[in-house]
Amino acid sequence: MKQFFRHFKYIMGENPVTVLSFSMFFIIIFFALFGSWIAPYDPYVTDAANTLSPPSWQHLFGTDNLGRDVFSRVIIATRLDLGIAVSAVAVSFLIGSILGCSAGFWGGWTDRIVGRLSDTIMAFPLFVLAMGIVSAMGNSVENIIYATIIINLPFYARVSRTEVSVQRNAGYVQAARLSGCSDTRILATQLFPNILPTMMVQVSLNMGWAIINAAGLSFIGLGVRAPEAEWGIMVAEGATYIVSGEWWMAFFPGVALMLAVFCFNLMGDGMRDLVDPQRRT
Amino acid sequence: MNNPVFVQIGRRLLQALPSVLGIIVISFVLTRALPGDPAVYFAGAMADEASIQQVRESLGLNKSWFEQFVIYTGNMLQGDLGRSLNTGSPVLEELMTRLPASLELTFMGLGLAIIVAVPLGIAAATRPGSWVDHLCRMLVTAGVSLPTFFTGLFLIYVFYYLVGWAPSPLGRLEIMYLSPPHVTGFYLIDSIIDSDAETFFATLRQLVLPAVTLGLFVLAPIARMTRAAMLNALASDYVRTARANGLSRSTVLTTYALRNASLPLLTTLGMVFSFLLGSNVLVEKVFSWPGIGSFAIEALVASDYASVQGFVLVMALMFVMMNLFIDLLLTLVDPRVSLET
Repeated sequence: MKQFFRHFKYIMGENPVTVLSFSMFFIIIFFALFGSWIAPYDPYVTDAANTLSPPSWQHLFGTDNLGRDVFSRVIIATRLDLGIAVSAVAVSFLIGSILGCSAGFWGGWTDRIVGRLSDTIMAFPLFVLAMGIVSAMGNSVENIIYATIIINLPFYARVSRTEVSVQRNAGYVQAARLSGCSDTRILATQLFPNILPTMMVQVSLNMGWAIINAAGLSFIGLGVRAPEAEWGIMVAEGATYIVSGEWWMAFFPGVALMLAVFCFNLMGDGMRDLVDPQRRT
Repeated sequence: MNNPVFVQIGRRLLQALPSVLGIIVISFVLTRALPGDPAVYFAGAMADEASIQQVRESLGLNKSWFEQFVIYTGNMLQGDLGRSLNTGSPVLEELMTRLPASLELTFMGLGLAIIVAVPLGIAAATRPGSWVDHLCRMLVTAGVSLPTFFTGLFLIYVFYYLVGWAPSPLGRLEIMYLSPPHVTGFYLIDSIIDSDAETFFATLRQLVLPAVTLGLFVLAPIARMTRAAMLNALASDYVRTARANGLSRSTVLTTYALRNASLPLLTTLGMVFSFLLGSNVLVEKVFSWPGIGSFAIEALVASDYASVQGFVLVMALMFVMMNLFIDLLLTLVDPRVSLET
């Protein structure tokens, strides 16, 4: 653990962009965990006397058409947006890397089936496939998560398959086999840690994409329902007011969304440095 | 037919078959995965027991899965994607009347993105470390972080509300204009055929903002790929040889580097199309564009499943066709591909 922190500090000292992205990441996590304490107002309380007021010191981001505080809603929404993205990407990562690793390691029929499966998913424009899945399975937040899991699967399966098939006959794998490890054990304890760095970059890129994707789905009216605070649906609610000049309703949730995605995209390289076993010496 | 290029093209066409089959299987599963009884959904909210039974028989829901799949595929091959609940007309007809609007927007956005991104990528690759390179890198990172629907709204606010240059973001033409006589469905082309300059420019004005929104989104991947491919090509032996032989800078760049770099670029265009078709839906919603994306969103809201599934199917088939087209183009452009056979 102590070693990890020393390594973490070393990585941080190397690249200011990594520092920036990681600190943004911690702020986002902080908002997601403690948002309800930070938010100055109740995000669901309407105020008929104070609708559509522009940003001021009382309401940093202004108020929306029902008089709700946009700042509080943007903060509260962090948890839901991040929750959808993290859970979807985590499950997708797990299933995808299991499928990809076995395809790359054993080859043959496993490889053919996994390859065909991910080709079929990739044959769709992914956002459109997600729309189809959510409409077929029913319009709810869980189904948005399932749809995101499915459309992210091919990325993880492909990356892990390529990496494992390249490394499957490397010296350390043969050494492990000689010392009597089973296939599963070699995959889990030898190969997997070595493909993790490449996978991590993929995770951080996909996390950003998963957030945009989920927000896009709720922007067109899928998943998250009306009073709930979520960045995509908040932008959609603000969209009607933008032509009459009330920009703050759509602007601030949009910026929050953008910053979150930006942060994840920047984090990719830092994550790779952090988990690469070859740099831990 | 001994020409290796034809053999190659034929083989590539055959390779597309599994993807098409996969698409049909998935969309079949999606139509049957509806919670509850699909017949009740497809019959609509006003249906009574008899018409539900009728729908069940016409969909073949009382048969085995395999038979159902065969019937589904057969209907699809005849162009029967079911009827839209919203409008009552066949889904395929609805989609086909709206498709030109979407395609006009998509191609315009893609065109804009290519016009900006390719020169930018080339400039960044030829002068690594310069301000152009930094600008390119910044645009690439920012570009992929921008949610399309947000960029669109932002552009509307600035150019419609604040500056007042853009027309109101509602559809393909402002209300005072009549749509040009229908030939291709593409308003730009139709108004040229009709030699109606006024309508042409009105269409163009309406098209600029949504196309820029789409373009901004796909600009990033294209610029990044151009830069990477150009850097690769410029570092190669043949470029070094060409330089050493004293060829002019522009000849080296265009005939040697760019021609070779265009191959990986074309390959990634496939992925770009996936993003493009997806974000097209969002842009259409933002600009009230009467394309198939808006149609699908309306259908989604009204639980008009046949329309949504038809939309997903048409989009997927379009995507496969575009990938196929790119691959065929690659076969024709790259002499090495045909040598391999």
